Amino acid sequence: MKRSLVGWLFVAPALLHLVVFALGPILYAATLSLYDWNLLKGDSRFVGFQNFTRIWEDGQFAKALLNSALYTITSVPLGIALALAVALLVAQKIRGITIFRTIYYLPAVCSQVAIAMIWIYIFLPKKGMINGVLGWFGLPNETDFLSTPGWAMAALVFMSIWVALGPRMVLFVSGILNIPESLYEAAELDGATKNQQFWKVTLPLLTPTTFFVGVTSMISAMQVFTPVYMMTKGGPEGTTDVVGYHIYSAAWERFQIGEASAMSLVLFVIILALSFGPFRAMNKQVEGAA
Amino acid sequence: MIRRTLTWAALISLAIFLLAPFVWMVLVSLHPAKAPIPDYADLIPKDPQWKNYALVLFTPEVPVTRFLVNSLVVTLCVVLGQLLVTSMAAYGLARVRFRGASTVFGTFLASMMFAGVVTQIPVYLLMRELRWLDTFAALIIPGLSSAFNVFLLRQFMLGIPFELDEASQMDGATHWQIYWRVVLPLCKPALATAAAFTFFAVWTDFFWPLLATNSMRMRTLEVGLSIFKNSYGTTNWPLQMAAAVVTLLPMILVFILAQKWFVRGIQMSGIK
Repeated sequence: MKRSLVGWLFVAPALLHLVVFALGPILYAATLSLYDWNLLKGDSRFVGFQNFTRIWEDGQFAKALLNSALYTITSVPLGIALALAVALLVAQKIRGITIFRTIYYLPAVCSQVAIAMIWIYIFLPKKGMINGVLGWFGLPNETDFLSTPGWAMAALVFMSIWVALGPRMVLFVSGILNIPESLYEAAELDGATKNQQFWKVTLPLLTPTTFFVGVTSMISAMQVFTPVYMMTKGGPEGTTDVVGYHIYSAAWERFQIGEASAMSLVLFVIILALSFGPFRAMNKQVEGAA
Repeated sequence: MIRRTLTWAALISLAIFLLAPFVWMVLVSLHPAKAPIPDYADLIPKDPQWKNYALVLFTPEVPVTRFLVNSLVVTLCVVLGQLLVTSMAAYGLARVRFRGASTVFGTFLASMMFAGVVTQIPVYLLMRELRWLDTFAALIIPGLSSAFNVFLLRQFMLGIPFELDEASQMDGATHWQIYWRVVLPLCKPALATAAAFTFFAVWTDFFWPLLATNSMRMRTLEVGLSIFKNSYGTTNWPLQMAAAVVTLLPMILVFILAQKWFVRGIQMSGIK
C-alpha cells in the first residue's frame, strides 16, 4: 500500500474526531452567531452581524471580559511565582522530598466540585477556616468573603492558586533538573551568590517552561467556570461574573443561542490572539526536536 | 544549618496549607447531620457519626451508587478509546511520516488552544440532533480523542529506534503489525501516563456531563455531587462534607498509586 494512504488511515480516526468535535463546531458557532435563536421557542431568524453589536449594548459582556481579565492577570502571575518558589524548594536533594511533591500535587487531581464545596466552608464568616484563625488573633472575623464585592474575586483567585500549584510546580521542577550542574559550578567559581545564580542562571534557562506554564494557565483562566458556578454564581453584584460563566448563563439559562455563540467567538478570538505567538514558538521547538 | 531548618519549615507549613482543607472536610463530615458549624475548639467530633457515610451512599433521592457506576463506565470507555485513537494517530505522524504529516500535526497542536467554551453550543446541538443527549453516547463519544495525547505519544514514538521498523518490514510485517506488535509495547510508559492524565480529566469533568445529561440515572459522580449541595440544603455541612469525602477518596487512592506516571509524562513531553 502507498505510504501516504497508510499514514492517512492511521490518523483518520483522530482527525475525524477533530473535525467533528472541534473544527466543525467552530464553523457552526460562526453560523449560529448570525441568527437570533431562542432554543426553547425554536424559531431562528437570520440577523447578520446584529448579535455582535447587541452583546455590547448592556455592558454586561464587556464587564464579564474585564472580570476574566482581572482574574487572569492576578491568578496566573501569582500562581506561577508561587509554583516556581515551591519548585526551587522541592527540586533539592532531600530525603523524603517526593512525599511533599505528592502532597502539593493533591488538589489538582481532586474533584473541582468537592474542592469548591470545601472552600465555601473555608470562606464562611466567623467559623470558617480563615475567619476562625483571624478570630484567634482578635482580628475582625465577620467578613463573608464570597458575598462581599471586594473580596469574592480575591477569594476565587486565592483558591485557584491553591488548586493549580501541583502541575505548575512539577513542570518547573523538571525544568530546574534539566539545567546542567556545570553552569552552577562555573557561577560559583566566579563568586556568584545563590541569589545571583537564581537571577542569572536558573530564571533565564527556565524561560521556555515559564512561557509554557504561562500560556496554558492563561488559556484555562480565561475560561474558568466550575468554581464560579459552584461558589458565587457570578455574584456578588456581578463582580465574579467571568466570561465563561456569562456565556453559560446566556446559553443555558436564557437560551439565547445566537448571542451566546457570538460571545463565545469573541472569547475564542481573544484567546487565539493571545496564545498564537507563544504557540508558534513552541511548535518550532517541538518540530526542531523531531 | 539555618538554611536546612528554613527549608523544612517552609516545606511543612506549605504541606499544612495544602492538607488542612482536607483534614477539615473529614472532621466536619463526622459531626451529626444538620449540626451547626463547629468552632475550632469543637472541631474533633466527640461522637463520630460514621453513619453519615451510609446516609450519603444509600439515600434514595440521590443515587450515588448509580453515579459511581456511570463515572466508571464513562471513564473506562474514554480512556481505552482515547489510547487507541491517539496512539494510532501518533504512529501515523511519527513513524509513517507521510506527506502532509507535519500539517496534520500542526493542526492538532493548534487545536489545543481552543477549548470548551466555543464548541459547547454546537456539540450540544449535534448531540440533540442525533438524539444522544442523556445517553452514554453523549458522555463518551465527544471525549474519544485528545490533541494533548496525540502530542505526548508522538513525542515518545519519535524516540524509539527506527531500525526496529525497518527490520520488521524486511520480515514482511505490515504497518498495522509494526504498530500493534512492535511500537505499542515499547510505548507502555507513555501510554500509562496518557491513561493517568485522561483518567483524572474525565473523572473530574464537570461542564460537559452537566450539559449533556439531565436525568438522575445518567449523572456522573461529579455532577451528582453538585446536586447534593442543593438537595441537602446549603446548611447541612456534615452531609455535604461526607459526600465530598466519598467523591475524593477513590481519586486520592488512584493518584497515590499512579503518581509516578504524572511526573514522567511531564518530562516526556519534551518541554524543558
